[in-house]
Amino acid sequence: MLPLKEKDKPIIQKLLSAGCCARCVLRFCCLSVHAAYRQPPQETLKELQAFVTEKESSKVQHSSTTENNKSHDAAASETLGGPPSKRAKLEPSEAAAESEENAAAAVITWRNEEESRVCVVCLGILQGLCGAEQAAKIAEAVKKGNYEFDTLVLSVSLPAQLCVREHSCWLHVKKEVREKGLALTKDDVIQVKEAFKWTMQGLVAKQLGGIAVVTKSSFEVGVEFTHPETDSDCHFLAKSCPDCFKPTKNKQSAFTRMAVVKALEKISDAKFLEHYPCPPAHPSSSCTPQDVQCLHVSVFIAGRYNKFCRSLPQTPWLIDGERRMESSVEELIAAPILSAFRADGFNFSSSGREDVDVRTLGNGRPFAMELLNPHRSRFSKVEMMQLQETINKSSDKIRVRDLQIVTREAMSHMKEGEEEKTKSYRALIWTQKPIQSEDITFIDDIKDLTLDQKTPLRVLHRRALAIRQRVIHSMNTRFVDSHHFYLGLKTQAGTYIKEFVHGDFGRTKPNMCQLLKTDTDILELDVESVDVDWPPAIPE
Amino acid sequence: MDCVEQTDTNAEAPSVIDRYFTRWYRADMKGKPCEDHCILQHSNRICVVTLAETHPILQDGRTIKSINYQISNGCSRLNNKVSGKSKRGGQFLTDFAPLCRITCSDETEYTIYSCIRGRLLEVNENILETPDLLLEKPSTEGYIAVILPKFEESKSITENLLTQEEFEKRVSERPRSQRS
Repeated sequence: MLPLKEKDKPIIQKLLSAGCCARCVLRFCCLSVHAAYRQPPQETLKELQAFVTEKESSKVQHSSTTENNKSHDAAASETLGGPPSKRAKLEPSEAAAESEENAAAAVITWRNEEESRVCVVCLGILQGLCGAEQAAKIAEAVKKGNYEFDTLVLSVSLPAQLCVREHSCWLHVKKEVREKGLALTKDDVIQVKEAFKWTMQGLVAKQLGGIAVVTKSSFEVGVEFTHPETDSDCHFLAKSCPDCFKPTKNKQSAFTRMAVVKALEKISDAKFLEHYPCPPAHPSSSCTPQDVQCLHVSVFIAGRYNKFCRSLPQTPWLIDGERRMESSVEELIAAPILSAFRADGFNFSSSGREDVDVRTLGNGRPFAMELLNPHRSRFSKVEMMQLQETINKSSDKIRVRDLQIVTREAMSHMKEGEEEKTKSYRALIWTQKPIQSEDITFIDDIKDLTLDQKTPLRVLHRRALAIRQRVIHSMNTRFVDSHHFYLGLKTQAGTYIKEFVHGDFGRTKPNMCQLLKTDTDILELDVESVDVDWPPAIPE
Repeated sequence: MDCVEQTDTNAEAPSVIDRYFTRWYRADMKGKPCEDHCILQHSNRICVVTLAETHPILQDGRTIKSINYQISNGCSRLNNKVSGKSKRGGQFLTDFAPLCRITCSDETEYTIYSCIRGRLLEVNENILETPDLLLEKPSTEGYIAVILPKFEESKSITENLLTQEEFEKRVSERPRSQRS
């Protein structure tokens, strides 16, 4: 039994005559009992009809039974000729006494044609598109994606014009709903989305063998409906609320759901009724379900990498759209990870970056990756270790350690460390003037040397021009020959080492040329350590 | 294999300019004999304006009396400021925009020009304090200015300039009296 009240009666009558489906009627009665939506809509309709006619009968019984029968007969014969919409249109012009009778007549006609009629409000979404057949289609799409998941959340995307139709229908029964409960507003009407989910969640869960369909899950199954026939329903709003519909770069149409909702909040009832029929006109077709979209939330991976090659960029190197080097650190790391997690794509970030000709040795450089839409997301520690092995076996240009799954929040540790932590380097230096080993020993005694670095010309095209102060905490030297020595440096992160050595047209001061009073240049550079203590080390 | 370690410490390595920049020249700027400019263009399109080795200022042991970035009453290149990644606010220069005037101790004055279209990013203030930088290291620490060409013009701006080879040929064809 539907938990309906006497005051729902005029609402039900009005909506049924307007061409609303049974579930939409329940929505406008603000009925939030989930089970009511789950029962077959044909049954609901019968109950609704029984509810209004029964009350009708009991009322009319006061006068005479024959009269009542007559009116029924008359209504039935009358309606054979014309559709109920005509009745609905006539209704406001007719006398109040007659309207109730007419409504009842329309309700009965509705019974006859209900199978073929598409609901004027939900455009079929809560009718044929909300049942076992559709649930099977959704389940099939989910199975086809071959995702690993325990729970899923169902999301529904509806055509924007549904809001317009909903509004029109609300205005149609506003008075009656208000009479039912003074505090009731448009927000108390159950949304199409909610009614759809209440009905479908259980069906989808059953199809997937008992997977929990919940309100929050890392796995989202999106169902989208479109209805091209009524897309123009929204267009009149653009004239009355032009500021709500600004063309956006990314959206195909300015009539987004958000924009339409905003415009409907602004528009006055009178103006709305001037431009749009109330109740909404009958559509000739039902909504079209689009492909089911499955999306698993991103998984985040972190680790440290070594780069042993002086001709390997960190990220793909493109000049004028053409590739300069055949591979890159991120691609070498990402390929095995993407195939293990069966992800659609990735975003790579790291604690700083090295030039193409610079090696990264020692414990390596912390990096993190966001894996987009992973079809598999659970890996044990052992499996992660195996994945790391796969990466390391795939190339001798790089090596990965401490590979682990992390949270999105933890990734910020890496970027925090970027500016404040220290980095150690080893550089091979060339000097123009010949040197002897004792000429360079003074460098070992220099501590906390502050540099004024103008943005290097090398990166000036993509970084703002500024003078940045950076500290070289300590240096050590190892003499090689009369024109070469190795220079070890421990510096504040963000120090440009190459520019410190060659001076960058005198734009980094002091520089090695000034310290040694001869031109100096850098022939090789290695990163020896990146002193960021994230991600946590994993014992091998 | 592209990972072979090469530490050939005896070979003279190419200089910073050779590694990252292309040299372009403007000979006899504005028809004035030997007033040659050299533009160093980085592979990232940034250009550094310098005096070519053949410029009269760099000949015959001359010394510099003054360098002036105030190119007119209303405009000083020292007031140039750029902000942000997009380098907003920099003065926009055309080929013949003067960058500075250099007066030698013999009172001859030379004007140094932009030679290329682009946004002025910075001028070299170090040469104001130490004019000798200009004489000793004209192509590095003694540079005049840094200019960022428009992205879409980064190739075409050097079309009117001479390559190093063309420039050397041009210099070798000069009458002996003009050569140093």
